[in-house]
Amino acid sequence: MSNTRKLTMAQAIAEAISQEMTRDPNVFVMGEDIGAYGGIFGATGGLLDKFGKDRIMDTPISETAFIGAATGAAAAGMRPIVELMFVDFFGVCMDQIYNHLAKNTYMAGGNIRLPVVLTTAIGGGYNDAAQHSQCLYATFAHMPGIKVVVPSNAYDAKGLMMQAIRDDNPVMFMYHKGIMGLPWMAYFEGSSNDVPEDAYTIPFGQAKVVREGKDLTIVTISQMVQKALLAADELARAGVSAEVVDLRTLVPLDRDAVLKSVAKTGRLLVADEDYLGFGLSGEISAIVAENLDTLALKAPVRRLAVPNVPIPYSRPLEQFVIPQVGGIVEAAGKLMTARLAEGAAA
Amino acid sequence: MQASKETLLWMYEKMVEIRHYEETMANVYLEGKLPPHIQKGLAFDIGSGPVPGEMHLAAGQEPVAVGICAHLKIEDTVVGTHRPHHFAIAKDVPLDKMTAEMFGKVTGLGKGKGGHMHLFDPVHKFSCSGIIGASLPPACGAGLAAKKMGKDWVAVAFFGEGAANQGSFHEALNLAALWNLPVIFVCEDNQWAISVPKSESTSVDCVADRASSYGIPGIFVANNDALEVYEAAAPAVERARRGEGPTLIEVKTDRYLGHFQGDPEAYRPKDEVANLRKNDPIPKLAGVMRRLGMLSDGDEAAIVARAKQRVADAFDFARQSAYPAARDALDDVFV
Repeated sequence: MSNTRKLTMAQAIAEAISQEMTRDPNVFVMGEDIGAYGGIFGATGGLLDKFGKDRIMDTPISETAFIGAATGAAAAGMRPIVELMFVDFFGVCMDQIYNHLAKNTYMAGGNIRLPVVLTTAIGGGYNDAAQHSQCLYATFAHMPGIKVVVPSNAYDAKGLMMQAIRDDNPVMFMYHKGIMGLPWMAYFEGSSNDVPEDAYTIPFGQAKVVREGKDLTIVTISQMVQKALLAADELARAGVSAEVVDLRTLVPLDRDAVLKSVAKTGRLLVADEDYLGFGLSGEISAIVAENLDTLALKAPVRRLAVPNVPIPYSRPLEQFVIPQVGGIVEAAGKLMTARLAEGAAA
Repeated sequence: MQASKETLLWMYEKMVEIRHYEETMANVYLEGKLPPHIQKGLAFDIGSGPVPGEMHLAAGQEPVAVGICAHLKIEDTVVGTHRPHHFAIAKDVPLDKMTAEMFGKVTGLGKGKGGHMHLFDPVHKFSCSGIIGASLPPACGAGLAAKKMGKDWVAVAFFGEGAANQGSFHEALNLAALWNLPVIFVCEDNQWAISVPKSESTSVDCVADRASSYGIPGIFVANNDALEVYEAAAPAVERARRGEGPTLIEVKTDRYLGHFQGDPEAYRPKDEVANLRKNDPIPKLAGVMRRLGMLSDGDEAAIVARAKQRVADAFDFARQSAYPAARDALDDVFV
């Protein structure tokens, strides 16, 4: 194993891109403010100096054009990485993504490869309001044809980014702003961790049990993993042993890891920063419900997510709608005392 | 069109008010965001203090807002950008409610739900958006509504030069030209789309040249000068009111501050802003008015005092207002 250093998630992502660009001349990066600025969230820091303007290309604010161009360039043999600053901005170019990038391989009967990585920042918690704070990973996971990667820490981010670049399919790589380790935004320090200098990949579709426990399972992803770990510490002090499962990728989804953990603990809490309705928490709950013939629950499943309202600006409102550490602890407590209906197997 | 004394005084006072507002906000915004009150190791915390989140200020860009809005009535629609304060102030959006919104207070324009990029004032027909290029289509809609209702109202879409490369710019110009809508499209060209200069993002030197693609007039205003903007806008607004269709106006203007407050601006030449400030549009207009005998020292002192008082009152109102109750977050998704 090579030397490791503590990196922020932003540094880990930039390093993964840099190493893949060195290895493969077909990899290049396009996007807004990714050159001299180094990406608004630092995901392309230092790359312009290393690779020059031909491979680190600042774009006009023309997302339909440059994301569509990524699809075209990929079909022609290149491996573009394309950043679109905030996931909230995808509306301006969604047709090129969900009708073309996501579907062309299928409509071609598998006869074309579209190795495109779309990178974008997600998440709230710093009062940037309704158009700059969403997660929306479930929206992209809902639509067939795009793999969806949502790391919770620097180590995973590097390995998952390398895997994303090497994958021959479209990948959405979504990084939460509040775990990037930026010098201008509060972040969860557990997200900066030891990262090997050498290249490595982390396969998609492998969730990680980031904390073992026996009383309940918290299934989560992205920044919420860091919140869940802090909540698990608090719960432990109260005598409750929580297992925390970091899904790491939504597409493909590691159903077995969810089922295995819930079979062990008998209780499921999904903690999610995306919207509650028709989303991740519903999907995970459904997977468990579909398998109640082989696993037994001790309590009904609980879901924590953003209620179906846009993210409000004002601090007390935003703190109320986005699940916090205290909210996870509270929900876990309720889960521990909840009971199934009489007659239900336990 | 020659501006009247009354118009010049109005523009001057609004510019002073905008500048003072933005400079006040720049200071207030820093409250609570610097060490040692924030997470250890951070230089700045965007999510702390009484006004958290991104903050895009328009100091230096006052001439565009006042030169256009001087022609408008309360019934005319203005759609602004992510950098919206100067437009809002020039459209007479109440300063107290606007400021309360940025403090996230229940007395704000949107009860604290919108924040500084999402200001909605239906009384003064003002709105804005944090998405680049989002102002142009709704302005077409306001123009369409005026036309259908038989009114002589016009709509103005403000947008930056970076937005001129968005699909919405091209689609909206075509639609407005095709349907002969009373819209004035105003490109605020401050040369920078965050860190990307216009020369590296735009296929033509002059956005106004793109008007010819849609068969509408394109007007280029070369200087960051309120009078020049005012004079250029006059025929465009008159043309729209007469029902003769849209116009595209491009104004060269200057962004004195970062894209957002806290932007390190490493991409920007060090002396650029200092040089821009040498041609500051506010003393420039004052000089013109003095030469015309329209502004005495006493007038100027009174204007500055009034503008500063309005800003101070608005910030006091915002600070003293209450936060919404947390559960209010669940209201207003639908009416």
